[in-house]
Amino acid sequence: MIQEPHFGFVAAAYVIATLVIFGMIAIVFADYRAQTRALRRLEQARGRRAGEP
Amino acid sequence: MWSLANPTVFLALAQRALPWLAAATAALFAVGLWLSFAAPPDYQQGETVRIMYLHVPAAWLSSFIYGVMTLAALGTLVWRHPLADAAQKAAAPLGAGFTFICLATGSLWGKPMWGTYWVWDARLTSVLVLFILYLGLIALWRTIEDSGRAARAAAILTLVGAVDLPIIKFSVDWWNTLHQPASVFRLGGPTIAPELLWPLLVMSLAFTLLFLTLHVMAIRNEILRRRVARLTMIAAAQGDSLTLQLAAGAAKG
Repeated sequence: MIQEPHFGFVAAAYVIATLVIFGMIAIVFADYRAQTRALRRLEQARGRRAGEP
Repeated sequence: MWSLANPTVFLALAQRALPWLAAATAALFAVGLWLSFAAPPDYQQGETVRIMYLHVPAAWLSSFIYGVMTLAALGTLVWRHPLADAAQKAAAPLGAGFTFICLATGSLWGKPMWGTYWVWDARLTSVLVLFILYLGLIALWRTIEDSGRAARAAAILTLVGAVDLPIIKFSVDWWNTLHQPASVFRLGGPTIAPELLWPLLVMSLAFTLLFLTLHVMAIRNEILRRRVARLTMIAAAQGDSLTLQLAAGAAKG
């Protein structure tokens, strides 16, 4: 297959698709981590305030 | 479906469903990729036909996702479903991603087959318009600060933009285009040889499951973002500056 004259086009298509797909997965995971971290901090702060005299 | 309107119910269901969805997606991609590279080369296109296993599923998803967003837009405007705008907002970046894959792989397939990366052909142009619509919707959500107003504006723009879907589908029939006519979803059945059709169907299913998995995850993120925003507002009302500083970095998006 590598000897195929248009191998570069096939390889480039798979590389681009892989990068975009893994990019979307990474963004969704990073967003989830950011939101859960912020939520945890806010809830902890709320708990602290509730415990204040 | 209406029970899913409760964000807490949705989060619990997502928690249970996501590992299964992710595992099924990975398994289907493994099988689909193996079938794609084990399939014989096309008698005319040779090995370049393997671009089809990425291009066609991405093209199918680019329209399918916009269809999902159109239904969600109706859910926002007509039924006032509490999660409809979250579903719509979460789908737009995924739609843009898959449409970009469709355009990029199509361009890379076009050069060896047509002799050009791009031509202002009705099918290609209407898909480019779809890509711009996705980017416009993402920009709209980021521009309007009030989430309710942003959701309504985005829903209206989505419904207006839905006119592009039949144009994309029938562009190859209505105009004389360089792009080939439908060869899978057509009256009279597919015109592709079964050796090439099966890997294509498995890859299409894998792409669809990938979208479903990422969409559920992105809706979950949106629900969490709203909780962060609500708690941040409460903290602001109470004058809690430390909490606000801690949450500021993640509340955006």
